[in-house]
Amino acid sequence: MLVRSPQAALQRLFDEVGSVDQIGIDERVAKYATRSVKKASKLWGLRTAVTMVDLTTLEGKDTPGKVDSLCQKALRPHDDASIPPVAAVCVYPSMVRHARRALGNNSAVRIASVATAFPSGQAPLKTRLAEVKAAVADGADEIDMVINRGAFLAGEFGRVQDEISAVVTACGAAKLKVILEVSELETYDSIRAASFLAMRVIRPSDFIKTSTGKTSLNATLGNNQVMLEAIRDFYLDTGVAIAMKPAGGIRTAKQALTFLIAVKETLGDAWLNNARYRFGASSLLNDLLRQLDKEKTGAYQAPYYFSEAAESY
Amino acid sequence: MPTASVAKKSYRAPQRVTNRVGRRAPELIFGDLWAFDPAPESADPKLKARYDLFINGKFVAPKGGKYFDSINPANERKLAEIALAGLADVDAAYAAAQRAADGVWGKMPGRERAKYLYRIARLLQDRAREFAVAETLDGGKPIKESRDFDVPMAAAHFFYHAGWADKLEYVAPGRRVAPLGVVGQVIPWNFPLLMCAWKLAPALAMGNTVVLKPAETTSITALKLAEIFQDAGLPPGVVNFVTGAGDVGAAMMKHPTPAKIAFTGSTEVGKIIMRSLAGSDKKMTMELGGKAANIIFDDAPLDQAVEGIVNGIFFNQGHVCCAGSRLLVQEGIAEKVLAKLKTRIRTLRVGDPLDKNTDIGAINSREQLTKIRALVAAGVKEGCAIFQPECALPPSGFYFRPTIFSGVSMSSRVAREEIFGPVLSILTFRTVDEAIEKANNTAYGLSAGVWTDKGSRILKLSTELKAGVVWANTYNKFDPASPFGGYKESGFGREGGRQGLLDYCKLI
Repeated sequence: MLVRSPQAALQRLFDEVGSVDQIGIDERVAKYATRSVKKASKLWGLRTAVTMVDLTTLEGKDTPGKVDSLCQKALRPHDDASIPPVAAVCVYPSMVRHARRALGNNSAVRIASVATAFPSGQAPLKTRLAEVKAAVADGADEIDMVINRGAFLAGEFGRVQDEISAVVTACGAAKLKVILEVSELETYDSIRAASFLAMRVIRPSDFIKTSTGKTSLNATLGNNQVMLEAIRDFYLDTGVAIAMKPAGGIRTAKQALTFLIAVKETLGDAWLNNARYRFGASSLLNDLLRQLDKEKTGAYQAPYYFSEAAESY
Repeated sequence: MPTASVAKKSYRAPQRVTNRVGRRAPELIFGDLWAFDPAPESADPKLKARYDLFINGKFVAPKGGKYFDSINPANERKLAEIALAGLADVDAAYAAAQRAADGVWGKMPGRERAKYLYRIARLLQDRAREFAVAETLDGGKPIKESRDFDVPMAAAHFFYHAGWADKLEYVAPGRRVAPLGVVGQVIPWNFPLLMCAWKLAPALAMGNTVVLKPAETTSITALKLAEIFQDAGLPPGVVNFVTGAGDVGAAMMKHPTPAKIAFTGSTEVGKIIMRSLAGSDKKMTMELGGKAANIIFDDAPLDQAVEGIVNGIFFNQGHVCCAGSRLLVQEGIAEKVLAKLKTRIRTLRVGDPLDKNTDIGAINSREQLTKIRALVAAGVKEGCAIFQPECALPPSGFYFRPTIFSGVSMSSRVAREEIFGPVLSILTFRTVDEAIEKANNTAYGLSAGVWTDKGSRILKLSTELKAGVVWANTYNKFDPASPFGGYKESGFGREGGRQGLLDYCKLI
């Protein structure tokens, strides 16, 4: 007779996908931070990081004007025209049509929208799916959904996966990013398990994403590493390549480079591009630009030389 | 019988690619899309062209007037000349040590000795980068290890024992302690500065004076430490360094003056020393070779275990007496662990030890490289499967690729002999008892590692493994407060902690 408590269900899932030792992960990622990236390799890393940014504004006070300014910044991050545009802008569903108007139809910058009753996900499934469909209809290229953490912690994995599947269908051609909200899953074991649950029902090149940026703890090198290792194991097992997006808390260029080193040494070269790796961030972009300028001119420029488009996240 | 509700609750299981015929297995690409530029550590090691002996608080030329070259194993270029000590120099060093023991150091209150030790620790911290670069140049270890491990840990040993110096009456409850007098110490080339600190700090804290001989390939940081002793105002003769090869060490061991001999090095030399001291009343501690078992159970967190395996065998190019050189993996996960391990070592960076991104540096000497090559050739000849990642090695200098042998049996030479290089032998086991039996089936007993999610199993193994240190879900962790030492042919006596201090005193 199967024990059906949430703990027993979690234990069975952990047994199947393997456990994670927290101290071991934290030691591993500490080594990434000791890597020394200089000169041409630093420039490559910074430029690549710019192309991976999902420039984000997710506030109650967002307006079409703010979103328009964000889109312009995304297209042309800096006066220096050699700086590439970012990967995407990330906005609430009500702002998607404004973003589409600002970017036009054939933009290099994609539009991502956080649907499914972001950030809590606490709305009926029907409502969440309707939100996804509305965002896609308004022109969203990518949908960032949140998983049902309540169901996960209650051991109802079937429900977690069914809901993700339903969102996949609702997305149509749009790419999907599945937010695990790592701070609410708490342990690395749970993060690994949730990563597998999601990867088994999403499509190749869809993303798993750390967090909403709306709780106390967001992307860290540790939870990023747990998810990268899950992606690696899933890829080597099935041949399906899943993409990754850490979000929230990555504010400095140095942090971003360390995250990229983790990608380089865990998943390898095939993940060092914005189809496979993104940063959900806003203030990061200007720090990347500032470091790029410093590499070019040898001196740090004052922050006011870099246009503002979004507040910190 | 599964009910409808169970079926509804069940989640989607992995969709394994079962039919791979005609399809390439998925593989990760660790190429040069994002190659790192060289990032050499730039601090000045402040090396002298010539290093004399350090006797009675002064640098003095050897009486024989002879010097030998110390080279950088990373490029085979000469770094400095080191004095070659003769018997007369050894006599002079012991005489100075005896005078210091009788006249100053042995009589000095512990709280005063502590001040010197604290001062040495702080001066070492002040000059940490300089010492790290010197250590890397002389020994070939990656700068990230000398910077993040060797030098800070050496300072930590002086700090820790400084703390003991005024509390010695609590080392052995109910007993009083007294210094032994003069101690002769010989240390190896794998952690030159750190071994100096391990040996000196407890001896000095307890009130002994020391004559120490560093290994002939790595004398520089010990002699730089002598500069710190001068700066710290350590009384003349408390620490004396004589340099040279094995014959100098033999003369030191046989000398009538020392009340105790402390040796860290190979089991082979340790046995010779013990024979030469048989019948004398000298105390001894020996920290010798090892062939540690690193045991991975099927419930272990595998990625972290793989990280621990890598840390266990490739740390300091495997020049570690407690290196986890025998990997014991439970049969059910052996294939998976090997695959993960291969993926992981493809990302290790072998090369210039001074580059901050180097993971595996240079082998310490040509002699050691020859020995590693011979043992690896023996492994291949015995039919073990060998794996080495494809990585470019620098054109000159002593380098060896990280190497994994799988399909190794207990009787293979690579499973029995200490290789002291970046070479891992993988064996399998089926049950807990078999793991313990295989782990203990060795002449050595210095260290072991256990990887499992099950706490009770860790407790069982830590009791039943005949090894001085058993690490659980980690490897190569050190602390000055934690005693280190071996069973069987790995030696006797402990270094570090209260137990380490007891090996440097008389109980009265």
